[in-house]
Amino acid sequence: MLNLDAKLPGGPIEEAWTNHKDQLRLVGPNNRPNYKVLVVGTGLAGASAAASMAAMGYQVESFCFQDSPRRAHSIAAQGGINASKNYRNDGDSTWRLFTDTQKGGDFRAREANVYRLAELSTAIIDQCVAQGVPFAREYGGKLANRSFGGVLVERTFYCRGETGQQLLLGAYSAMQEQIAAKRIKMHTRTEVMDFIVVDGKLRGLITRDLTTGEFKRHSADAVVLATGGYGNVFYLSTNAKGSNVSSLMRAYKRGAGFANPCFTQIHPTSIPASGDYQSKLTLMSESLRNDGRIWVPRKEGDNRAPVDIPEAERFYYLEERYPRFGNLVPRDVAARNAKDVCDQGLGVGPTGYGVYLDFAAAIKEKGADAVKAKYSNLFEMYERITDDDPVKTPMRIYPAVHYTMGGLWVDYNLMTSIPGLYAAGESNFADHGANRLGASSLMQCLADGYFIVPVTIGDYLSRVEPGEIGTDHEEFEKVESEVIEQTSKLLSINGERSSQSFHRELGKIMWEHCGIARSKESLEEGLEKIPKLRDEFWSNLRVAGESNHLNQTLEHAGRVADFMDFGELMCQDALAREESCGCHLREEYQTEENEAKRNDDEFAFVSVFEHKGDGQKPELNKESLAFEAFPLATRNYKS
Amino acid sequence: MRIKIHVWRQKSADDKGRMESHDLDGLTPDMSFLEMLDCLNEKLTVEGAEPVAFDHDCREGVCGSCSMVVNGEAHGPRRETTTCQLYMRSFEDGAEIFVEPFRAAAFPIVRDLVVDRSAFDRIIQAGGYISNHSGPKPEPNSIPIEPIVQEAALDAASCIGCGACVAACPNGSAMLFTSAKVSHLGLMPQGQTERYDRVESMVNQMEEEGFGSCRNYAECEAQCPKGISIAFIGRMNADYLKSQLVQPDDRRGKMHAQ
Repeated sequence: MLNLDAKLPGGPIEEAWTNHKDQLRLVGPNNRPNYKVLVVGTGLAGASAAASMAAMGYQVESFCFQDSPRRAHSIAAQGGINASKNYRNDGDSTWRLFTDTQKGGDFRAREANVYRLAELSTAIIDQCVAQGVPFAREYGGKLANRSFGGVLVERTFYCRGETGQQLLLGAYSAMQEQIAAKRIKMHTRTEVMDFIVVDGKLRGLITRDLTTGEFKRHSADAVVLATGGYGNVFYLSTNAKGSNVSSLMRAYKRGAGFANPCFTQIHPTSIPASGDYQSKLTLMSESLRNDGRIWVPRKEGDNRAPVDIPEAERFYYLEERYPRFGNLVPRDVAARNAKDVCDQGLGVGPTGYGVYLDFAAAIKEKGADAVKAKYSNLFEMYERITDDDPVKTPMRIYPAVHYTMGGLWVDYNLMTSIPGLYAAGESNFADHGANRLGASSLMQCLADGYFIVPVTIGDYLSRVEPGEIGTDHEEFEKVESEVIEQTSKLLSINGERSSQSFHRELGKIMWEHCGIARSKESLEEGLEKIPKLRDEFWSNLRVAGESNHLNQTLEHAGRVADFMDFGELMCQDALAREESCGCHLREEYQTEENEAKRNDDEFAFVSVFEHKGDGQKPELNKESLAFEAFPLATRNYKS
Repeated sequence: MRIKIHVWRQKSADDKGRMESHDLDGLTPDMSFLEMLDCLNEKLTVEGAEPVAFDHDCREGVCGSCSMVVNGEAHGPRRETTTCQLYMRSFEDGAEIFVEPFRAAAFPIVRDLVVDRSAFDRIIQAGGYISNHSGPKPEPNSIPIEPIVQEAALDAASCIGCGACVAACPNGSAMLFTSAKVSHLGLMPQGQTERYDRVESMVNQMEEEGFGSCRNYAECEAQCPKGISIAFIGRMNADYLKSQLVQPDDRRGKMHAQ
């Protein structure tokens, strides 16, 4: 049984964070350099946390598997970052951002955390501007805003289509300042292999230097995980190729609870896979649905070019099925319907898994130039990848795994169920419930990294003796030898299949059985297939080369091994949650109009899984959710 | 589609290295260049050979990881395109393709196509930031920034730090990379306080890392996947000259002593 005391502050939600901060214990400036904090991952959450804690005076060491801390996948976020500045005078406020996020998350997030996120949003913009992030400006020189899906205010700040890149470079620069000041020691091309827990507290970790293969022990007074999401369990996703679940799974196996692992956001408009060799998916902004009409041919196997298919033989399925919202139905509904028509054999493109997004009507009405100007960079990106001009022929799109709302369970201080281990950004579960709103992931990463962890971590550190457990402790010896053993095992199987082929097959199982729509039957079938594939992995894998040099297949094989275990956990969670909410659609639980049917009486809780040993069924713990400040309501797209 | 690929193999920085040739069949024009390398690696793995090591991550042209010279050009033949966004349709059926790592004295080879670009991080450490703590900051609209200035700063800030400019330059110079960061921060009002210290120490660090000098070949701009303009190099040179003429007293030691 895990201790799931979330340490939620009492009193009115508007004052909760301030009051909570005032009650936290602190570490004084003279004492901070005695404490060593390790930060894993250098995306927005990791870089901002490392830079902030180092500037306060803590001794920080930072780890990333890439060659530089400037490369993490936060860099690929395009759209923007939300903040309730109310610069447009359109009625925005902390309260609005809070309730929008709660509604968007379909009431499966912790209310106090969400309110705090909304409250901190404005300070993030101030911080980033002070760092020199070149946010878009209006002619008068003031910050510009754009609107974003699902809300009625304009609160999104942006830098063209490269907001994530500019925010990450801001956090990266802040980190570089601290590296130069020798307050951060940076370990690039380094993978965290496992964690050291002594007497229930996190005390360090074991790493592998990816260039030399050397294993190293690192002792710590606290560790912050900021390792991002795990969408790559599906093999094909919009994540970077290196994004993985390994650190989270290692922490889970050492006693950290894993919360809501099945909550996965599937974005409706990505460029479809063009063949089996496909290595990743690229997103096309959702804004295209404002001018594009989505359709497939009515006839199965219709191979004619889209322009040759007459109007009467086209199936505008969203417009027919949802006459009021048409092509602008919410993300989950659009994604589900695309899968549905393709499963019926109506899909287009070489794989049969694609639908048309057609701009012909908009071009006829507004002119090609106007439409092109509105979406110029997207049209260019699409043409670069597919060699098709969306002005002349409809785009082909298909849903893709994009973001994972689940992650390690954390309390209000962002500490996991292992004392001394924190989780920030996409790697924790706290703020987005069952579905994340657009332009909210950057906001959450930076709130966690700049403003929350650096303050709450002092409360824990003030209660531990710095440097109490050294790397000579027997637990380091034990875990290090386990890590070395696992690495040699991967190298010695000497079978016939590459880690890549196993990863791809696992991805197919996950997509088919735990993807856009899930059912008891399909999940149970998936849960039979995964262990079989895992057995084959451990008996028929081939990894070339040795462990004592840069060996990318060895790295990948280790990550796939963890994805295998994780995939199973994800299906177990999806099976146990007998309701539909947000992005989690169980086919058995739908309204008559095929909308997600939430079951608040029985499922208004966070599912927190506790590892009980390899091969054992994990224990499901529940943290019940209270909705006091903003009461439960049903999502409604009809009016 | 089929191709013949000649790819650089080198076990470590000390190894001499050599080109290795492979015939690949069954490719399609819609495959990305890196997916073609995935196919090569799959083939090598199944045959029991060691796959080719290459850096890559986001595969959407923004992380700056991929770092290879394709047929003599950094990131290959398409302008303003990273290798991961290059597609096989840019090559003819039956083409011979030569793939090498980014080569420069300051980028030692780690293995095969993987190079060590940590010199770039050290240039940023020398001053590529605006000194800050995290915490309350002034209201951003209290310092208006002309959109034209902000846009120019963003043009410079779009650099992805891949190192193509260095690989493209006959002298292995890092002027385009360094000037992009110097200009991004030097253009913004927030960056004025440290402007001249910054340019001086970043340029010094760049030279210490062993990057060559700029001779205005402009190959860096031509091969930059983000189209960063060499006008920023001129801007950096002007700022550097000024920093040498108006050398302020460094009073930081005294400040800390108080």
